[in-house]
Formats: sequence, C-alpha cells, structure tokens
Amino acid sequence: MSIATEQAEIVAEFSMFDDWMQRYEYMIELGKSLPLIDKTYKTDDNIIKGCQSKVWVHAELDKDKVVFTADSDAIITKGIIAILIRAFSNRPPKEILAAETTFIDEIGLKEHLSPTRANGLVSMIKQLKMYALAYQTQLS
Amino acid sequence: MYSTTLDIAKIRADFPILQRQVNGQPLVYLDNAATSQTPLPVINAISDYYKHTNANIHRGVHALSQEATDQFEAARQKIQTHFNAEKAHEIIFTSGTTHSINLVANGFASLLEKGDELIVSELEHHANIVPWQMLCERTGALLKVIPITENGTLDMSVYADLLGARTKVVFVNHVSNALGIINPIEEIIEKAHAVGAAVLIDGAQATPHIIPDVQALDVEFYTTSAHKICGPTGMGALYGKEAWLRKLPPYQGGGEMIDQVTFEKTTYADLPHKFEAGTPNIAGGVGFGAAVDYMNSIGFDAIAAHENDLMRHATEKLKKIEGLHIYGDVDNKVAVISFNVEGLHPYDIGTLLDKMGIAVRTGHHCCQPIMDHFQIPGTVRASFAFYNTHEEVERFIAGVEKAVGMLR
Repeated sequence: MSIATEQAEIVAEFSMFDDWMQRYEYMIELGKSLPLIDKTYKTDDNIIKGCQSKVWVHAELDKDKVVFTADSDAIITKGIIAILIRAFSNRPPKEILAAETTFIDEIGLKEHLSPTRANGLVSMIKQLKMYALAYQTQLS
Repeated sequence: MYSTTLDIAKIRADFPILQRQVNGQPLVYLDNAATSQTPLPVINAISDYYKHTNANIHRGVHALSQEATDQFEAARQKIQTHFNAEKAHEIIFTSGTTHSINLVANGFASLLEKGDELIVSELEHHANIVPWQMLCERTGALLKVIPITENGTLDMSVYADLLGARTKVVFVNHVSNALGIINPIEEIIEKAHAVGAAVLIDGAQATPHIIPDVQALDVEFYTTSAHKICGPTGMGALYGKEAWLRKLPPYQGGGEMIDQVTFEKTTYADLPHKFEAGTPNIAGGVGFGAAVDYMNSIGFDAIAAHENDLMRHATEKLKKIEGLHIYGDVDNKVAVISFNVEGLHPYDIGTLLDKMGIAVRTGHHCCQPIMDHFQIPGTVRASFAFYNTHEEVERFIAGVEKAVGMLR
C-alpha cells in the first residue's frame, strides 16, 4: 500500500464520524494503542521542538525502508503521531519525501496544521521528512 | 447563592468579542491572566484618536499635535492617580511589563559591583528572571532565590536569611501569574529597605484585581501592562520613585529623550521623556487611560468580589473531580485556578476544552521554575475576569468533566 492509499484509508475512517467528539475519541484511542517506543530512544536528542507536550521520534532503516517509532506525554499528540506513523513508517525514504500531508486537513484536524499551533504537528512532519532525507542520502 | 452588585449583562454588552462563537459554541473566555478583553470605551478611544487626533506629540506647533500631546499626558495622569504616584513624571510609558523590567535591570548595570546580590522569587514569570540574569552576567552580581513552600507561597524565613548588606535589588511579583497567589509585598519591601535594597514589584497580574498604592507601599518600582486591565497590547507603565529614575541611565537612545545633541556630547531630557525614546505608542497610551477609567467606573471592590465568587464556585466544583489537584490553593489569591488531573496532560485537557469553545491556558505559563518545583510539565490555568458569569463557570466545569471522561 502506498502512502497515498494509506492516507485515503485514514480519511475514510475519520469520515464516518459526525462530530469533533467522535474524531477526538478515535484519536485518543489511536494514541493509546501506539506501540511503545524503546526507552533508550526517549532522549532529549530525540525530542521535537515546538510542542507544548513532549514528543520523541526515533527513526531507523530497515533494509530500504524507514521505520519510525515515537511517543508523547500527551495523549492527543500521541494520536496525531500514531496517524503520521501509520502513513509514513515502513516506507522508502523517497516516497516519504514526496508525500503530501493534506490528509490531515481532510480528517478534520486542520487546526493542528497551523505552524503557530503549540502541538508542533508541522514540526513532527518536518522531522519525519528530515529523517527520510538523511536515509535517502545514505542509500544513494 | 452568589450575588453581585455588578450588572454583568450590561458589562458584557461592552465587550463585542464575548458575543462570538468558537468552534460552534458561545465563547467562554477564561484566559484573562494572559490578556483581558477590550471593552467598547477603550476600542472607541483608540479609534477616535486615529480618526480625529492622530499626530506626533511633544514637538509640533500645530493643533493636532497639541491635542495628541494633551491626550497622551492626560493618560499619564490617569495612571498616576490610579497608582497614587506623587508625580506624573514618575510614570514612564513602556511597551509593557517586560519592557519596564528590562529598562530598570539595564539601568542597574551602572550601579552594581561584582559580588552585589539580587533577590528574586521562585514564583516569577520569566520576564522578571531573565533580564536580571543578563544583568548578573554583565556585572558579576549574584542572583539569590526565595523558594516556595509546598502550597506555593513564598518561604519568607528564607527571604529574611537571604537579605544582607550586599543586597541591592529585590524583585518579585505582586501576584503570581501561574498560581494567582498574592505575595506579601508590604513585608518584602519593608525588609528589603531595612538592608538598603531597592524593590521592583511586577504588578502585571495584580493590577486587574487590586489598586496598588505606590506611596503607601513605599516601593521603588512598580510595573504593569495595559492589556491585562482591558487596555491595548504593546502598552504599559513603569512607576519609579523620582530619585531612582534620576539615578538610572536612559535605556534607549533616540529622539524625544534628548535635551541637546552634538557629536561631542548629548544631554538627556528630563523625566519622563528620558526613558521614552522615539515616538511612543500614543494611541496605546490613550487606550490605557480609557481602560483605567473603565475599570474604575465598574469599581475594583465590586470586581474583586464578583471574581472571587466565580473562583470559589469553580474551585468547589473542580475539587469534586477525582484526581484533580489545584496548585497554590490558598486563601490569599486572585481569581486564577491552576490545576492538573492525575494521569492527564494539561495540553490534552486544554485542547478538548477549546473544542467546546472554552479558552484556558495550558503549559508552563512562562514559569518553568515553578513547574520544576512541582515536577510537572505544566498546568491548566483558568483565570476569571469581572465579565465572566456563573453560567460560564458551570460550562467550564462540565467541559473539564467531559474532557476528563474522554481522556481516561
């Protein structure tokens, strides 16, 4: 499945909800079910700046694909990361770099996309793409 | 159960923003400690100034310039009267509390020697910590800290021990922005004076609720920001005792603050202009004056009484929520409630409240030392103003309950 198909699926899931409460309840659910990050990766170096809550992201290369693991001390933020990881993890760096992020808007989380928003969703996406860029350079 | 002498419906009609919807819900604005909302008399004063008076001040010979100068100086007198300062030129217009503190801290650079001591409290906003740390770096002075006790109040016995012959300045806030606690500034000032130290009180969080009498306090410096008391942003005032303002060198150079300029030597203008380089925020000053008038027309006693009722109402209900902890839950505080719910991040609670149209502040509130003290990433802070209602308190409580239910 490509990033675009995965994103379309996420959008379809979210479109079943009628109101913000259901959307957020689902995000909270996703946050709670996010696989735990290895404790050794929850270092200050892995913290993403620009978030009111703490967000740790770790990336590693599995053959030709980038695998992301992450955590946050806030559950909604964790839900947002879970969505991002579902879309972007386990993909070739080239695909990650080329991927659009408009699906965030389509699932009704537009307000989180503002660069001035304190949750740092924009910083998170930037960080994922930075990792992809680093591994892309390594692979080529 | 709660009664107020204020006509809240009439007051709310003065604030157009309170009629708006946020996320499909009527706005409940409980972030007043960050900034208060602006009533029509203030908006109109600013708008009228630009429509009818706008000109540069203090220099022009033409009518508009004179009118603008008169309005700006009338605003200064309003602040003077409100703070009970002895002289109008003891009121310096600044861009706000941060600017005021930087102005004073910068001035002390020429008055300190290596090894001199400054005293700050653990309860401070970063704005009342960082400028002084920068001063210490420049001068070799030492920064000492009054710690807080378990309930968030200042440990006054440690303060007494910190004071000494080398103490030059003590700077604390009148009211803590993170917790709402009213500090015993009378005692702090008296004890500082006993060792010959000057005192700066950061009044940004106190002035929306309390009228400071700078002469009765006998304080050297007192500062506030207009936007905390229904005035515009980017405007504030520094009160300084005349002798101290004369002792401090100018902060910024430029027009307006000079007497004579030659390339050999420049002499400075008299107070207050010595500290007001460049064209000031004239409309901001006019708005600030209108804000002080507005607050006084409502009356600070009635304001405090109503706000305290709102706080008591909210506190009582919040305490019924399982796992909810209020920080700084003491009697002597203004209408601010800072809290966390066990196991939940303040950011999550704030985000869900926002979806319900309820504006609160979450985070460290620019007070990382306090958060470190309690070993928390931040708190949810609800801060009330005189235009808030008990119905809004009920919506806030229901909102917190709903958010907690969703997050648990």
